[in-house]
Amino acid sequence: MSTQTPETESETETEAEAETERPSTSAAQEERMAEKRERAERRAADEAADALEIEGETIELKVFRYDPEIEGKQEPRFDSFAVPFEQGMTVLDALIFARDEYDSSLTFRHSCRQAVCGSDAFFINGSQRLGCQTQLSDLDSPVRVEPLPHQDVVKDLVVEMEHFYDQMESVQPFFDPDELPEGELEEQRQSPENRENVKLSTRCIWCGACMSSCNIAAGDNQYLGPAAINAAYRFYMDEREGEQKRRERLEIIEQEHGVWRCQTQFSCTNVCPKDIPLTEHIQELKREAVKSNLKFW
Amino acid sequence: MYEHDVIVVGGGGTGLRAAIAAHEEGADVAIVTKLHPVRSHTGAAEGGINAALQDGDSWEDHAYDTMKGSDYLADAPAIETFTQTAPEETIQLEHWGMPFSREEDGRVSQRPFGGLSFPRTTYAGAETGHHMLHTLYQQVVKRGIEVYDEWYVTRAAVTDEEDPNDRECHGVVAWDVQTGEVAGFRARQGVVLATGGLGQAYDHTTNAVANTGDGVAMAYRAGVPIEDMEMVQFHPTTLPSTGVLISEGVRGEGGILYNSEGERFMFEYGYATNDGELASRDVVARAELTEVNAGRGVDDEYVHLDMRHLGEDRITDRLENILHLAEDFEGVNGLEEPMPVKPGQHYAMGGIEVDEFGETCIDGLHAAGECACVSLHGANRLGGNALPELIVFGALAGRHAAGTDLGEPQIETGYFDGADTEELDVPTGKPDGEPVEPTADGGIAQSPEAVIERAVDTENERIETLLEREDGVNHADVRADVQESMTENVNVFREEEGLKQALRDIREARERYQDVYVADKSRTFNTDLQHTIETRNLLDVAEAITMGALARDEFRGAHWRAEHQERKDDEWLKHTLVSWNDGDPELWYRPVLLEGNEKTYEPKERSY
Repeated sequence: MSTQTPETESETETEAEAETERPSTSAAQEERMAEKRERAERRAADEAADALEIEGETIELKVFRYDPEIEGKQEPRFDSFAVPFEQGMTVLDALIFARDEYDSSLTFRHSCRQAVCGSDAFFINGSQRLGCQTQLSDLDSPVRVEPLPHQDVVKDLVVEMEHFYDQMESVQPFFDPDELPEGELEEQRQSPENRENVKLSTRCIWCGACMSSCNIAAGDNQYLGPAAINAAYRFYMDEREGEQKRRERLEIIEQEHGVWRCQTQFSCTNVCPKDIPLTEHIQELKREAVKSNLKFW
Repeated sequence: MYEHDVIVVGGGGTGLRAAIAAHEEGADVAIVTKLHPVRSHTGAAEGGINAALQDGDSWEDHAYDTMKGSDYLADAPAIETFTQTAPEETIQLEHWGMPFSREEDGRVSQRPFGGLSFPRTTYAGAETGHHMLHTLYQQVVKRGIEVYDEWYVTRAAVTDEEDPNDRECHGVVAWDVQTGEVAGFRARQGVVLATGGLGQAYDHTTNAVANTGDGVAMAYRAGVPIEDMEMVQFHPTTLPSTGVLISEGVRGEGGILYNSEGERFMFEYGYATNDGELASRDVVARAELTEVNAGRGVDDEYVHLDMRHLGEDRITDRLENILHLAEDFEGVNGLEEPMPVKPGQHYAMGGIEVDEFGETCIDGLHAAGECACVSLHGANRLGGNALPELIVFGALAGRHAAGTDLGEPQIETGYFDGADTEELDVPTGKPDGEPVEPTADGGIAQSPEAVIERAVDTENERIETLLEREDGVNHADVRADVQESMTENVNVFREEEGLKQALRDIREARERYQDVYVADKSRTFNTDLQHTIETRNLLDVAEAITMGALARDEFRGAHWRAEHQERKDDEWLKHTLVSWNDGDPELWYRPVLLEGNEKTYEPKERSY
């Protein structure tokens, strides 16, 4: 590893500026190659300096690793990374640091990093949480990051979400009123109270944390699960939902693997990053199902 | 090879709306998206949807505000189409069940936003985008529209005529993120690019990590000019540590900005004595940074946004999400303390040049939403105008791509002989030795299938080259260099020397990129490979942004130049265009259309 001095660095810069005048071909080529080499050396020096900078406080990140294709990674294991700690850092920040600085093959989903895309739900120190929403300072070290339990692992922290999506879609999660107001600029009225009733249910970001935390879902692959039932709740409780659709929806949630499977363990409610009272919503739908059955007698 | 009538690339608000529209025209539609649709960045939008819905408001007023806000760099036909259609599109969302905030009588609420002459921003709490995205996705599910999620589209498959105006787009190439399989997607009717923002060209941005300008770079390299790229919006209120957005709704509801001396600087220092905190975003962003640079910033970095006086009820009713964001990402309780905020990259006003139906100069290739530039926002987008843009132009592009005759567009596209061009005295474009990708190399008209096959081969080759290299440069280093230079030099305040430095840095990054390699050799969910390809896209868009910014020596909207502190209407009432030109970018211009169908707009000085 090279140890460039600051003087050499400034020389390189002047050269780079001079080069913008573009001397003719072969000389220019050589000059560029030389420049390239110097840059590489300078960068290696920078990197070496960077590596030394991780003094201060660090945390130990233990990350689950698995890749079905790569020899040596087919057997699941944990890798440890020393990550510099700063106040305000989240688990996602730490994962990104580990990936960009140590091992670019470290694989996880993430995008918005503000708790709305729902793609970075992991099992962090034994609980389902969003990586971006979890402050390192709230966790005991070492910080253990694993894929969501009860889902097939695709690679490292990435799990197969297809089953979750299928369950979400099986409750027909879309608005389907019997009729619409006349005139394309006329909205359907909804009382502020009714909006308030369904508001929390509309916050779901499909992260799958609840489903992964649910013991019942773990044992019963067909159980609709808290997220899908919450999606049904969102529409069923909307005063503008059509009568016909309400009945159909009730049939879906009342089926053998529907609301009645819930054993009110509250684990879904505990892990929901958007604070949706999932267990409560499931119970309310049980009540609706009973009420409608009584009506049929 | 997969085959559909219409292929929509991107599963955010625009893509979903386009797919629904094409489906309603009877087309067989598929959405191909590198995320799952509900993960798209539309979900992070907070503020609302501008639409003239109420008595006392009119599309004409909305159009005027938009034109004035754009600092007269928008095209009137785009603005008119937009403001006339936004109301019905907004109510359409309502009919699809979008949970809007409501008034006592059950109608949708509207609130004031920056730069608007009427409180016309329709919203759903401070999470309007989340609800819009989910409502649209619900309708896609309802219609059974096919979605290829976690398929990353890397190339448009176009024919190879010399002149891009003669080319035709037959589909795209994508690879399945989960398996690494590369496949062609043929579009019998048309392709719609709806790939969203490019905020990752900067290191302090409100944009998601996925917003890497893929569609812009893809269209650009296929031969479509990209327009007004220098017009980058910096949102005045983002959290300093992460770039997380604090909605303009906070100021709309009455939130106040203070400097470290506790002064309400928007008034006290005269940045916008009429509108204060509700001046346009560019004005507020500059005011904040001026305060910080004058030593009146908090911790020399940010200012305070205070909403405590609004009271807990109003805050929880309309801005609850903001409380969570401030708490989770900055550790601040917005009910008890002011929130720290500073400007951050937020939105690309520029993008793929399209007409008002979303079509580019390449037949069959469309774009809409943030990746496109129909020229609606000009030099500065008004808050609350992005979400209606998605639905209005998403729907039009979807319909047009499905083959529906929408009439003759008024906005022209594509390079034309006699266009005013400009050369820069800073090196740009491809480094020596970089192979030119064969977008248009053969001069042989071929069948659509052959065009797609060729594009698939090119992508396979590119991916194999990246995976075969055993060592070299890590893309993350290249990306970080570009992001840092852009944030340093092509930000809210821009100086000639800084812009030149940025072009030199981008050039250097391009050279380093030639040696980039992918350490992860797996075909399964290879994000290392994905990010490496994205980084290439960022290089192209960063270069175009900077070239446009260096050439435009005036001060217009979001584009501030140290040496040129005035708007130069005589010289600059024109759009900047950059054509790929086989890797040797060409800068040219097209006049702004201030004449619409119904109104003509006279440039006036912007005052707040």
